[in-house]
This record gives sequence, structure tokens and C-alpha cells, in this order.
Amino acid sequence: MSTPTITTETRPDPSASGNALTQRRSRPGEVAFRLAMQACLLIAFGVLAALLTWVLVKGWNRLDSRLWTEMPTGLVSRLDGAGVQSALVGTLWIISLVALICLPIGILSAIYLEEYADNTRWYNRLLELNIQNLAGVPSIIFGILGLGIIARALGLGFTVITAAIVLSLLVLPVVIIATREAIRAVPQSIRHASYALGATKWQTVSRQVLPSAVPGIATGSILALSRAIGEAAPLIVLGAVTFITFNPDGLDSGYTALPIQIYTFITRSQSEYTELAAGAIVLLLAIVLAMNSIAIFVRNRFEKRW
Amino acid sequence: MNPTDTTNRPGVSIAGVGAQSTGAPTPDVADPVMELSGVSVYYGAYEAVRDTSMPIQEKQITAMIGPSGCGKSTILRSLNRMNDLIPGARVSGSVTYHGQDLYTKDVDPIEVRRRIGMVFQKPNPFPKSIYDNVAYGPRVTGMKVASMDDLVEKALRDAALWDEVKDKLKTSGLALSGGQQQRLCIARTIAVRPEIILMDEPCSALDPIATAKIEDLMSELSNDYTIVIVTHNMQQAARVSHYTAFFTAEVDERQERHGRLVEFSQTGKLFTNPADKRTEDYITGRFG
Amino acid sequence: MSTSTSNAGSAAGSALRRGRRRPVDSTVKVLLVAAALVSVATTIGIVIALVQPTIGFFQQVSVVEFITGTSWTPTFAQKAYGVLPLVAATLTVTGVALTIAVPLGLGSAIYLSEYANPRTRKVLKPIIELLAGVPTVVYGFVALFALNPLLQKWWPTDNGPAFQNLLIAGIAMGIMIVPTIASISEDSMAAVPRSLREGAYALASTKMQVSTRVVVPAAMSGIVAAVVLGISRAVGETMIVTIAGGLTSDRIVLNPLEGAATMTAFIANISSGDIPVGSLDYDSVFAVGALLFLITFALNAVSIRMVRRFREVYE
Repeated sequence: MSTPTITTETRPDPSASGNALTQRRSRPGEVAFRLAMQACLLIAFGVLAALLTWVLVKGWNRLDSRLWTEMPTGLVSRLDGAGVQSALVGTLWIISLVALICLPIGILSAIYLEEYADNTRWYNRLLELNIQNLAGVPSIIFGILGLGIIARALGLGFTVITAAIVLSLLVLPVVIIATREAIRAVPQSIRHASYALGATKWQTVSRQVLPSAVPGIATGSILALSRAIGEAAPLIVLGAVTFITFNPDGLDSGYTALPIQIYTFITRSQSEYTELAAGAIVLLLAIVLAMNSIAIFVRNRFEKRW
Repeated sequence: MNPTDTTNRPGVSIAGVGAQSTGAPTPDVADPVMELSGVSVYYGAYEAVRDTSMPIQEKQITAMIGPSGCGKSTILRSLNRMNDLIPGARVSGSVTYHGQDLYTKDVDPIEVRRRIGMVFQKPNPFPKSIYDNVAYGPRVTGMKVASMDDLVEKALRDAALWDEVKDKLKTSGLALSGGQQQRLCIARTIAVRPEIILMDEPCSALDPIATAKIEDLMSELSNDYTIVIVTHNMQQAARVSHYTAFFTAEVDERQERHGRLVEFSQTGKLFTNPADKRTEDYITGRFG
Repeated sequence: MSTSTSNAGSAAGSALRRGRRRPVDSTVKVLLVAAALVSVATTIGIVIALVQPTIGFFQQVSVVEFITGTSWTPTFAQKAYGVLPLVAATLTVTGVALTIAVPLGLGSAIYLSEYANPRTRKVLKPIIELLAGVPTVVYGFVALFALNPLLQKWWPTDNGPAFQNLLIAGIAMGIMIVPTIASISEDSMAAVPRSLREGAYALASTKMQVSTRVVVPAAMSGIVAAVVLGISRAVGETMIVTIAGGLTSDRIVLNPLEGAATMTAFIANISSGDIPVGSLDYDSVFAVGALLFLITFALNAVSIRMVRRFREVYE
């Protein structure tokens, strides 16, 4: 066996090593690296925090009841008495419909994929890939789907129900993926125990698995709805960019929504609109961030660790 | 050690010094490379191991045995300051290495781990090539080596792995079998030329044949290295070690469990003629 | 569910036979399958919505002109349908966004995963997830009215950034993507087993060495997936570029200080006006949409594969 030579200084001398231990090496690279990583965090989120604060300051003068009691206007002269009531009501209409359409479909899909689908079948794997891919399709493409199929081919037009269907399909993957994760986190032993007592599959799923998965499902559902509230791009394609001064009164009504209304304000060149846009953004952020906070709180607080 | 509570505390018998042990050469007890005295390890407010004192002999194999939860791994991890990585972990008493207390403020834990390496219970090769696994330590510690290839070969030979992997040094360490992975981890450890190697149940995840290989390797390595091994396998301790420390878990008056060192002695003495009743119960299978 | 009844004579044995109908269970299954098919219908719907007008488009415009032409002017009198200006603007904005988001996101993830104490991490991680939910119209607004005026004020030379420009849109998009990259990268670093870190520390590694030589490489496929997802979001993002990125598309704009229309900005702009169904302009929206769909489809495929790989290694 050949023994390659190793230079002698590689082995610490035992008699000397007791001393070298205490010469604590200063490692400037270590300190610099740590500071650099910390700086990344501070810069990224400091800038974001500063920007959100700027929006709050900018819109401060508009943060009063006018925001939700008054209608938007296209006339600068009436801007002082304007608000975003139709947009707020439109958003509430749309999001209620999204909840009604998207949540049942999403949760049932997830149950199918987790509990019923045989993963070795090609069509089930395709279904899964399809959902993962849909999660990454740009939102404006869903607008095109709405324009070409739902508004025109199905003849639903540029209405509240079209917007709700498009946004439901957009956030459907979010609900499915979150629900699947919540269901998957329920340990097999619970299912086996239920089967061993003679329960059917649906009894097991509905009485054992789903109740345990409720926090995860709730979190995913709230996050999905909050994303739908903030989406503007698909609605632009669906022709929602106008000043709508009435509240929706039915599924086939015309509408506007908060993010679209904000975009409409921004595209106006007059600077007077900037303040109102900032005010509306604060309102939108308040809704979205409140929902996200609830979702994250629910997950961290109620999620069971098995 | 606090002398006032020795009365209600079972004594630690350090016995067998100078006695002829079976198999192992007579160790030179006078010159321990490490020494623990009055070591307690805390996790937060919880005292996991209480008041441990024992020497570690140079170029000998010292085994730590005992039932699970007796604190033997905790003590092992205090020997190269791996416990530093656990938030809230704290060590009192003194752990000395060549007379230097390892827990004084000016001691650099990274220098400590350069001299005192560790092999873990579950083989944990990095998801890198076999070569890069072995070269990792010399690279990060900035060792000046004439040829990294030679150093890698030497370490793999010393770990009795060279012949099995010499043709696939560029393949992932994760592609090896469990026993090979563990020998790779040993090779990785000796590549930085430590003085002491700590092994935390290194064979518990391995089959009997792989275990036998690692045991042979340990005996081989003890010519050059001081080895401390934690094992739950008494036969293994009896087969490979020169000294054995027996730990057990005790419940105190507040119903808290603490690990305690019961007996430390030459391995032959401990297994044939234990000084403590609890040691005898454990090795004869009446307990644990 | 066993149906083997070798002792077929006994009453107990025959009771085990299949045949008991459970109407609830079978109805439920039909419902579940129907729900799962909605997502398939969505994809098919997207493809149909894109394909038909796209075919109409390519009957009038050659594919070669579409993918090699350097001018996109459907609204001009002199119409040209070369998509390269839109693609170039998209790439420029995405490049700027990644230049900002990858280092900041990765650095934040390393800090959170390896340096921050558990209590800090417990507070910061939800905040990051929270910020990932800020609607993109907000980023467009701050880009146009807060960031760009600052950029113009601080710009050292005279020919500074335009009112709308690709640089500011990219910066805003970078800030938008940071939470996504930070959050997913942190997840994959957290998934690196403790035992690997311990192994590295036991070989006398410093914290930086453990982070850069063990944790980051081991988490690499998750990090790559995060970056690819970031690219996909940047390419598909609409509101920021529509608001702050500009509208020029009659030539390829290479200077990020100028404004130019990305693929998404073009779609949003032209479809917010009134365009007659079946016209070439109407069809051009779908042709650009189809290209966008293909690009993000490819990016998603890479990302899905990467995520799967990093799950396989340690789970």
C-alpha cells in the first residue's frame, strides 16, 4: 500500500495546540458576510416598508368616509367629493362570488387528488402537472381566456359574473395546492384507524381527514381570495377600465373593482388623481393585508403538528 | 464537585487503574489528553447531564455506554463544543484539552473542532462527490497540502474505503451504501488530521457486516488517534474500547431526569468486575 | 377490500361479498372528479381561446415577420407585426428585476435560515409571506410616483430616465419578487437536514462556510426553482410595466432609461381600448398572448422539475 506524503504542518502539534486554541482568530470575512446578508434583508424589506409608508402619507388626506360613501368621477372639478364606493362594492360582489365558485371546486379537486386518485395512472399525474402549471400561468392570460371564451363565446359579456369566473379559475390552483398540503399532513394512521372501524372512504374523509385539515384549508382559501381581490390585469383585458358610478345590482351588471379603479386613477394625467389613488390603495392594502394576516395567523396558531 | 451533596448522591467509582484489562494494552493513565471535571450540561433550565468527571486517554478508545436518555451523547457533544449549535445549551464545570479549558471565553470553537472531529449516528455525507466530501475539511480549514489528491487518497485508505471507491471518486457520496457512507464520513474527519475523533453511535444505522468493518477500522485508527465512542451496544464497547464509562438516567426529588456517570474504568474491569451494582445490573441485562 | 370468500357456504362469508351499494360514496366520487376536471377545462379553454385568433393572425402575418420583425405598430397607419420589441422590453425588465431580486432574496434567505435567531425568524417569516401578497398595481403606483421621481432627481447626467422607463419598472418588479424568492429559498434551506450542518461544523467550518459551501449547494434546486418562478412572475407581470414601463414598440429599445412596451403591457393597453372582434389588432393580442403562454409554460416546466428534485433528495 503506497502511503502518499502529507506535509508535516497539517497535523496540529498536540503540545502547542492547547495554546493555539485560545488565539481566537479574527475572521473579517465572516463578519462581512453576516453583515451583507443582514443588509439584504434590511434593504429589501426596508425599501418596501418605506414605499408602503409613502403611499399611506400620500393618501392620508383621502382616508375618510368619502372613500366609501362617494362614487368615482372622471371630472377633476368634482374630484374633491369623489370616492371609490362602486369599486369597493364591486370588489365585494366579485369576491363573494369567487368564494362561492372557487372554494368548493378547489377543495373537492384536492380531495380527489389526495384521497381518491391513483397516482400511478397517467391521467392523474397529468391532472397534477396541469394544476402546477396553471398556478404559474400569468394572470393576464386568464383575462384572455375570459375575453375569448367566457365573455364572447359563452356570451356572458363584461359583467360581474364573468369577472368572478375568471378570477375563480385564476386562484383555483392556490386553493387546490394548499388544500392538498393540508390533507397530506393528516397522518395515515388516522385513516387506517377509521377504516379498521368499518368506515367507508367518504366517511373517513369527511369525518376524520377534513376536520383535521380545516386550518390549512382555511389558510389557503383566504390567501386565494386575497390574491383575487388584488388582481387587476385580467379585468383590464375584460374591459373594466371606465368610470362606473353605480353599484352592481346583479350578476349581469357592469362593474368596477378596487385595483382596476386605482389603475384608472393612475392613468389620468392630472396629479389630483394621485392622492385619491393613494387613498384607494390604502383601502385595498388594508383589506388584502388583513386577510393575509388572518390566514397566516390561522396557519401558525391552529395547524396541528403530528 | 460540591462535597456537601456527596452523601445523598451515588458515588462515581473510578476504578481499574493499572489493572490488567483483557485484549487492550495497558494504558498510561497518568497522561489524559482530555479531562472532564464536574461537567453538567443544561438545555435552558433543564439539566440534562449532571456532574460528570472522567479522563480521556491518548490514543485509546474510550466508550460511553448506558440506556437511552442517559446523556452520553450530550457529554460527547460537549467535548468539541457541538452543543454550541443548540440554542440555550450551556456547559458548567471544566472540559480540558491538553490542560486548556475548552469553555473559556477566548477559546475559538472552530479551532477546537479542527482538533477534535466527530462522526455522527446517521451517515451524513454532503451531497457532493466522494472526492469533494473528503477534500471539504482541508479546504475550509485552509490546510496547506502539497497535493489534495494524495491527501484524499490517504484519508480514504486510512478509512479502508479506497479500494471500493478509487474508480468513482467523482460520483456522489450519497450513492454509496450506508456502511460506505459512514466510512466516507470517517475519511472526511481524518482528512483534517484531528487529534481526537468523537463517534456518536456510528454503527447504529448499519448492518452487522458494515458494523464489523467500522469496528476493525476503529481499532486500526486508535494507533494514531484518540477515539471516544458513544454506543448503546455493550458488546461493541467490550470489543473495541480500552476504557468504558457507564451512564444512567436518574430521577431526582423534583421528578426531573438527569444523566449521571455511574462508573468509569478499564473496559475489561467494568465488564467482568463492575464496582457499582447498577453497572452490574445493566451489563447483565437486568436493566435497560 | 377483500372479496375472497372461499368458505362460500356460510352466511357470514356471503355477507362479505361485494354488491352492497353505497350511493353516497359513488355520488361523492362523481362530484370530486367533476371538480378536478374544472382545472383541465381551464387549460383547454386557455388553449382554445389562444389558438383560434392566433391562427387568424398568422393567416395575415407571416410567422417569420412575427418572430424576426423589429417593429410592432398595430395601432399605426403603417402596420408592422414584429414581436421582437415586445420581447426585448420584457427581457430588459426581467433582467433588471432579477439583478435586484436574486441577491437580495437569496441574502435574506441565508440570513433568516442560518443567522437569525429562532425568535427573529418566527416574526420575520410571516411578515415576508404577508408582503408577498401586496397587489401589483401598488408596485406600479409607487414605481411611477415615488421611485421614478427619486431616480430622476439623483441621476448624475442630463439625459436621465424618462417619465416611464424600463429601469424603474424593473426595480419595482425586483422589489416585488424579493419576498417570493426569499420565502421559497428559505424553505429549501430549512429543508437541508441539520445533520449536514453538524457534519460541516464538526469539520471546523465557520458559519459562512457552512452557509455557502454546504447549505446553499444542498438547497440549490429549490433556489433555482425560486429564481425560475421569479422569472416567470416577472415575464407575466402586467400592472407594473403597464403603469411605469412605457408604451414604445415601434423599435427595439435597448436603453433601460427609455420606456418600452412589454408583451403584457401591449396586451393590457390595446385591450383596454375598444377593438373590433375579428380584426387583426384583436387577433394580435392573442398571438402575443400565445407567445407569452408558451414562454411561461417552459419556465414552469423547469421550475416544477426542480422543485420535485429537491423534494426527492431529502424526503
